[in-house]
Amino acid sequence: MDLFLVILVDGLIYGAWLFIVSVGLTLVFGVLGILNLAHGSLYAIGAYSTATAVGIYFAYGGDAFPLGSYAVMALAALLVAVVIAPLLERGLLRHFYHRDEVIGVLVTYGVFLILEDAIKLIWGVDPLFVYEPYDLLGMVEAGPLFYVAYDFLVIAVSAVAGFAVWYFLNRTRRGKVMLAVIHDREMSQTMGVNVDKVFLLAFGAGVFLAAFGGALTAPMISVSPGIGVNVIIVAFAVIIIGGLGSIEGAALGAVMVGISRAASVHLMPELELFIIYFVMAVVLIFRPEGIFVRTQTRKI
Amino acid sequence: MRSSVKRLVSATAAAALSLGIAAGAQAASHSETFKIGVVTFLSGGAAESFGVPAWNGGKLMIDMLNKGELPAPYDQKGFGGLMIEAIEIDEAGGATKQVQEFRNLVQREKVDAVLGYVSSGDCLAVPPVAEELKAFLVLYDCGTPRVFEEGSYNYVFRTAAHAAMDNISLAKYMTSRGIKVGSFAGVNQDYAWGHDSWADFVASMGILMPDAKATTSLFPKIFAGQYGTEISAVMREKPDLLHSSLWGGDLQAFMLQASARGIHKRMQVALAAGDHVIPQLGQKMPDGIILGARGMNGLAAHAKGGELVDLLWDRYKAEYGVFPVQAPFRMWQGLLGVKTAVEAAMKANGGKKPTAEQMAAAMKGQTWEAPSGTITMALGNGHQAIQPNAIGTTKWDEAAGEMTLVDVEYYDAECVNPPNGIKAVDWIKAGFPGAKCN
Repeated sequence: MDLFLVILVDGLIYGAWLFIVSVGLTLVFGVLGILNLAHGSLYAIGAYSTATAVGIYFAYGGDAFPLGSYAVMALAALLVAVVIAPLLERGLLRHFYHRDEVIGVLVTYGVFLILEDAIKLIWGVDPLFVYEPYDLLGMVEAGPLFYVAYDFLVIAVSAVAGFAVWYFLNRTRRGKVMLAVIHDREMSQTMGVNVDKVFLLAFGAGVFLAAFGGALTAPMISVSPGIGVNVIIVAFAVIIIGGLGSIEGAALGAVMVGISRAASVHLMPELELFIIYFVMAVVLIFRPEGIFVRTQTRKI
Repeated sequence: MRSSVKRLVSATAAAALSLGIAAGAQAASHSETFKIGVVTFLSGGAAESFGVPAWNGGKLMIDMLNKGELPAPYDQKGFGGLMIEAIEIDEAGGATKQVQEFRNLVQREKVDAVLGYVSSGDCLAVPPVAEELKAFLVLYDCGTPRVFEEGSYNYVFRTAAHAAMDNISLAKYMTSRGIKVGSFAGVNQDYAWGHDSWADFVASMGILMPDAKATTSLFPKIFAGQYGTEISAVMREKPDLLHSSLWGGDLQAFMLQASARGIHKRMQVALAAGDHVIPQLGQKMPDGIILGARGMNGLAAHAKGGELVDLLWDRYKAEYGVFPVQAPFRMWQGLLGVKTAVEAAMKANGGKKPTAEQMAAAMKGQTWEAPSGTITMALGNGHQAIQPNAIGTTKWDEAAGEMTLVDVEYYDAECVNPPNGIKAVDWIKAGFPGAKCN
């Protein structure tokens, strides 16, 4: 029982982190039809911006109200989205919407390389640390183990973020307009939808979620060059399992990967790396488009 | 009279001319430089922990050598009077790229020697090319024992001990400090370094503490960043000791996450190569962590002191604002090794700039004093160094506001390195035959 509980808790913590770093990727693909390889770099920029902003916060009296650092983290991610999303979407990506999907992959790969060097130019190669928010909430006893309460905050924030995205898409007018664009871009345009605006909004949300994932991760790690590379690989696995473009799919995929990996580390650690891709392979055998995307008939 | 004046003028002119030629020739020899290619990580995951501090130390020492600022026996300027001209190359990009970069250094840049390589993959890929090009190559950092245990070279040398020493010393520390270990677990990266480190540690514990049982051995992928599940798995096992050879950002992230969950209060944590993250982590590295520095480097060297160590320590701190960790120490012992070999070769060839063959002959079996102790090219038929090692325990010095090492144990080179001709893992399993420990 103890082992089951530990696997569940570890799996949910890892799954929540996976969800927050992959939901933006699936949202951008769903709306823009672009598989954004620069997502990992946006995550890294979120982490760097957070490290800088929270560092400044504590340097200028933040100790008096340390919980304010959580708001600073969110604001840092928002700032990244406000600055970078219009530059990338309006300045570059919009020129490739009507091209083959492979072109989008190549373009965003180029952006990834540029951003990785830009990170080094701006922040250098020395690591940044912003561990204050990680320790702030203390420890929690869960079964036989102690966890950092911040890990449970990440679960809560991921759940709220996932629900907010789902609610926006399914229960608000703007969200329904976005869904209409996803289903039929041309028809939406003829109905008077400002598709450019929808694209910018969706891409901005995707960038914010990527940066927010980095912001939430920054207190747990050493923020250093290259942190975005591994994230993009595992985020791809998650959204492929759930189905490209599906928010619910990203959530289920993240939980599946998180729990399978935790079970593997506790029971068969030698399979830890294999298990993520094994889960992906099994899902794709039975659901080639991912769990939440129906196989579509193809006109010949 | 006129003819004698004419002869005098002619003789003076000839003397002046010959003096001028001689002076010119002398100037030419002084203007000759020793070109050295220095290859280390200037970008990527290993840059911040190893490559950049190593190159910072390298730049500092090359400058000091060219100005003749080091104490005897290193007080002659440059390498044997030849000013050192360094060409730095980023090691990032993989072994194939590094092989090409090495060819460029030797064939286009015409360097006299190459000093480099942190990655074990690069250390295995480049030596055959050095042999093909007959180029003098000194590996200064990488840890894999395979370079000279599985290969034999004429032009290739490694001036740092291989990694077996780190884990043998760590196991010896447990016995010499009387630390009770009934069971131990490991968290090491999933590549050759992590697996070899764990295998060497398990084998050493099997000899030194045969009753201690190895329990969980976890191998998260390199640059994983998230270790929550691994920490849970180890805490659930409740071993007496946790061994880890994690490095760089991985070790920083692991320590941040593990110390926040109080792992160091529930078991003894031992880090095979952990000193290099102290400047970044500061007090986030808890007290009571046992750690090594891949040689008598960093804090352990500073604790022992000495003219050379103190000088380089102070200059490095003044220049870069942090104390030198293991990486600059290995760069320094590599540079001093090259200097020793070049000057020995020049002594043998009448003071001329030595060829690669002459430097290789002088380097083989060479011994020199480095900030990290006496380096001896004792293994691999005189091509692989052994060096003393040190293990200590972290303790934050409140008054000084910095981390220190206490209970430092120093191990002679021949105590923790195998003799020539035997593989490290076989030597460990045989019970360290011939080990000379004081």
